[in-house]
Amino acid sequence: MQINITVNGQATSRDVEPRTLLVHHLREELGLTGTHVGCDTSNCGACTVHLDGEAVKSCTVLAVQADGHEVTTIEGLADGDTWHPVQQGFHECHGLQCGYCTPGMVMAAAALLEEIPDPSEAEIRTNLEGNLCRCTGYQMIVDSVRWAAEHGAKA
Amino acid sequence: MSLVGAAVKRKEDPNLLVGRGRFVDDMSPPGTLFAQFVRSTEAHALITAIDTGGAEAMPGVHAVITAADVAGFPATANLPEEVGILRRRVLADGRVRFVGEPVAVVVAESRYLAADAAEQVVVDYEPLPVLASIEASLAAMADPDGPRIHPDLGTNALPAIPEPEEVAPQYTAAHHKGSLRIVNNRCAAVPIEPFTCLADWGPDGLTLWGSVQAPHFLRGHLCEFFGIGTHECRVIAPDVGGGFGNKIILYPELYLAPLLSRKLRRPVKFTLTRSEAMVMMGHGRAQVNEVEFGFDDDGRVLALRLHTMQDEGAYPDTTGMGLGVLTSWMAGGCYAIPVIQAWVTNVITNTTPVAAYRGAGRPEGAFMIERVMDWVADELGLDPAEVRRRNFVQPDQFPYNTAAAPDMVFYDSGNYPAALDKLLDTMGYDELLAEQARRNSTTDEPLMGIGLSTWIEIASFGPPGSLEGFGHLGSWESAQLRVQPDGSMLVSSGAAPHGQGTGTSLAQIAADELGADFDTIDVRFGDTATVQQGIGTMGSRIMAVGGDAVRKASMAVKGRAVEIAAHLLEASAADIEVADGSFSVKGTPARSVTWREVAFASYRPLDIPEGMAPGSLEETVYNSVPNFSFPSGAYGCVVGIDRDTGAVEVERYVCIDDCGTVINPLLAEGQVQGGVAQGIAQALFEHITFDEAGQPRNSTLMDYLVPAASDLPPFKDMDRIVTPTENNSLGAKGIGESGAVGAPPAVANAVVDALSGFGVRHLDMPFTPEKVWTTMQAGRA
Amino acid sequence: MIPPQFDYIRAASAQEAIAALTEHGDEAKLLAGGHSLIPLLKLRLASPSVLIDVGRVADLSYIRDDGDEVAIGALTRHRDVEHSEVLAAGVPILAAAAHHVGDPQVRNRGTIGGSLAHGDGASDLPAVVLALGGTLVAQGPGGRREIAAQDFFRGFLETALAPDELLVEVRVPKTSGGWSFQKFNRRAQDWAIVGCAVAEVSGAVGVGLVNMASVPVRATAVEEALASGATADDAAALAAEGTEPPADIHGSSEYRAHLARVLVGRALAERG
Repeated sequence: MQINITVNGQATSRDVEPRTLLVHHLREELGLTGTHVGCDTSNCGACTVHLDGEAVKSCTVLAVQADGHEVTTIEGLADGDTWHPVQQGFHECHGLQCGYCTPGMVMAAAALLEEIPDPSEAEIRTNLEGNLCRCTGYQMIVDSVRWAAEHGAKA
Repeated sequence: MSLVGAAVKRKEDPNLLVGRGRFVDDMSPPGTLFAQFVRSTEAHALITAIDTGGAEAMPGVHAVITAADVAGFPATANLPEEVGILRRRVLADGRVRFVGEPVAVVVAESRYLAADAAEQVVVDYEPLPVLASIEASLAAMADPDGPRIHPDLGTNALPAIPEPEEVAPQYTAAHHKGSLRIVNNRCAAVPIEPFTCLADWGPDGLTLWGSVQAPHFLRGHLCEFFGIGTHECRVIAPDVGGGFGNKIILYPELYLAPLLSRKLRRPVKFTLTRSEAMVMMGHGRAQVNEVEFGFDDDGRVLALRLHTMQDEGAYPDTTGMGLGVLTSWMAGGCYAIPVIQAWVTNVITNTTPVAAYRGAGRPEGAFMIERVMDWVADELGLDPAEVRRRNFVQPDQFPYNTAAAPDMVFYDSGNYPAALDKLLDTMGYDELLAEQARRNSTTDEPLMGIGLSTWIEIASFGPPGSLEGFGHLGSWESAQLRVQPDGSMLVSSGAAPHGQGTGTSLAQIAADELGADFDTIDVRFGDTATVQQGIGTMGSRIMAVGGDAVRKASMAVKGRAVEIAAHLLEASAADIEVADGSFSVKGTPARSVTWREVAFASYRPLDIPEGMAPGSLEETVYNSVPNFSFPSGAYGCVVGIDRDTGAVEVERYVCIDDCGTVINPLLAEGQVQGGVAQGIAQALFEHITFDEAGQPRNSTLMDYLVPAASDLPPFKDMDRIVTPTENNSLGAKGIGESGAVGAPPAVANAVVDALSGFGVRHLDMPFTPEKVWTTMQAGRA
Repeated sequence: MIPPQFDYIRAASAQEAIAALTEHGDEAKLLAGGHSLIPLLKLRLASPSVLIDVGRVADLSYIRDDGDEVAIGALTRHRDVEHSEVLAAGVPILAAAAHHVGDPQVRNRGTIGGSLAHGDGASDLPAVVLALGGTLVAQGPGGRREIAAQDFFRGFLETALAPDELLVEVRVPKTSGGWSFQKFNRRAQDWAIVGCAVAEVSGAVGVGLVNMASVPVRATAVEEALASGATADDAAALAAEGTEPPADIHGSSEYRAHLARVLVGRALAERG
């Protein structure tokens, strides 16, 4: 069926099989490969995007469910060449190593800061419990989000 | 200002942070077909029939192949001749030996169609007896007609190091003796990117993109398998989403993708799902260590006897067969144990093959010896820190030849007492002991345990001959430095990083040595077409061997650049100094030329000294190191145990690391934290198990518990001591696997410490709440 | 990873959904937030030929203060239940329990109606609704009917909903006294190994258990003991009575029974 999704501010219109997962639609149909697939049981969160501004696991959303809605992926987080504070924080504090979990982690963290602009370390850890990272052990991710909170995450 | 030793931010980050990374599954050249495995549902069975008709008839399906279609191909290599019979065919040939073993492949227009078609392939099995554990496999050996997983091999057990004929008299004579049977729990590496490969075989040859850690190694084996020349084969490892040793392995799909691409004349891509990856990618650990030890009244260990049984899974490869050997080499730990007898049995089982996983044999060794030290302390009523002190190799004893591997393994440098001192000081050990006494005498506060791990590991693989034994071309690492006319520089390294930040750290080394601009040094790896021969990223070797290579290449280029600068400045080369992008005459800084000017001049015959050819500012180095290096450290762990549920929480974790010279402390610390996280996860959360029928019990991330941020403690107490190595000009020992080696014993020792009041002398990982609670109940009874 | 093929119907109203359910019967499954169904589809543990998407049905997402009780539309997302001021004031246990469902991304999509209609004994919210003695409102071709929570969960993943019925609302009484929700798991994002919900409604204490049977169950022995004046400790000791705790990779039946006793004890102590 024909679905229309605004992705990173751009209107898109495609014909999809209803069973198409949003993550595959973004990656393969729309060519936005920044969002990654890391599991098949909705645990890892590498596929996290914003759906109408809320963090969701795009592997557990059908593309048809996003019809008529707005999706922001990692490619759409920065403002042109100006990084989102979370992206900058991950760079400052070495919050990424292999980078595979990073898009999902950054999107989850950005959504967290919209809700809780000045989160404690415990709140950061709790609110990132849907995102797995195998490289960092999480401390530098937590530091990155704290950096973003201190350096101008959007209120 | 020196960049080596500075916390320089990574060059790798920008692409990855904005979603412009290039992982293999991101690429689908025009015409790409998608391959999907049909995998065995039986752990050990004969394949009596495969019906592919239903799948072949489905729209969009281009091929369905089974072992019959690839009968002419050799088995995959990477095994010594004497066990060549174990070589694995790319598709199960008449017999499956583990659940998940690929039996057939479906190739279709889309991954969705391929998934549908794979379901239509019907495989008939005739079950065979399943040997799903070391115990079952060895028990079957008692019967000469008992099941053999590889009948032509005739055995399920391969002695990698034979048992010594006699028991060391020093053990027999020891006043005190102890023994432990330790099960080091099977884990899965779980890189967040599972595994993907994409092959495009056209008339001009084969290009394969793979999420791999050793592209040149893979290329060599592909050429051997297909009987083609290196000139016709290109392997590219682009961005790789984690490896942990798991992506060195020569998986069947790495051969099948090219095979299918050649057959179908289209690019073919395999993207494993997580469930597939959990059963098809190599597992780690899965070792049983039976150790007995003799010690004196002061807690000095006089003799150690260790039998390591390594579960190989169904298809051993050279790495899998070497794990127990590495464990045996490191059986002495940081300690001057005068007599060590260590022997290794590799046991084949009907389970996923076991291979390298972060530490690859050394975490198991460290775990064993650190438990031994605590056991000795417990037995004699001594403080575990004190027992360690009494056994340490002392700073004046290096290079130290461990009795575990006489004349073979020489620890290069270290200061184990200093690391332990720093750990205890940072932890506030005495205060913790007081707190523990207080808490454990209450009835409601969580039980408190304190655990130490003064660990050592063998890294910087390795001296000549070491990696060749694992099927690699050499043990060196390569670097090529090329200065461009505009002064920017290309460094090509044989490394194949997957998160280590090698592109940053190697640039730091080059920039420092050359006095050049870090920002205009580009480091490249992963593509066999553009990178000279290389070995790859594994065994914590890249800074030590690869970084040293970059430094040597830089030094050679610098020498010639200085000559050009001297020529341009009409000065003597001996009077030229290089810093901050400029060559100047000592004492007269106004007389200078920039790197850009020197670089440009190097291509202009009229501007270079007599006798020098244009294009001289390039150098290729194949760098060998004379020995392994031995990172070490002291980790401390405090746990709290819920008295009613058995839940274990890590309340505090402290790390003191010694990796020799630190190139980039930010990256080094990141490596330690990541390794420690995996080590704590092994101790508390992770365990791949199979039932008696060889069915995996946890092959998804729902049931295999990789922890998230809220499940792990903060890592804020990170410090180091520095004892450089003489094995390379940087003094760097390697750090990538340290955390995974050192962390589990600290947690284990803390848990056993907490439970000692229940009479617990030892407990195997993982320390699940139920296991801990059951143990406490038994102790209460 | 890849769901099987299905036909897709988007219902604009409850009536349309019911009509589609009536037409397709067993072949159809409802899709709300998708966080119970889509995971099953991806593992191919479910293969409905028709999916009826009720995610856009208007007016089924609300949290309404109805005096003695709070009415919650079936399509209300877990995150809205978690952050609801109406619930924080009137039925705080439900808001607290919703916080424990999955992780933030799951809570942004999953719905309370989807969770209850799925009827998994290992889910958090059914135990809470049982403890509260809530009411589930189903709508079918013949109109609406009310089903008491204790009659709603019938068997393994089986509820009292008829094949042609849609869950449209859940109503929960406001709690009159202390409450506590306890969830024991190894990783924060996981299902409970065991959990319990304790809530006092009109002076009586209800106790719901998570993952102590193949259906959501109440700890009736505990409730009866408390009603007849037993101490909290004595009542908690009965937590596993009448239950059939599952045995799996995360816990044996014996350990789960023990955890139930511990958690109920803690819940009774915490509620004050």
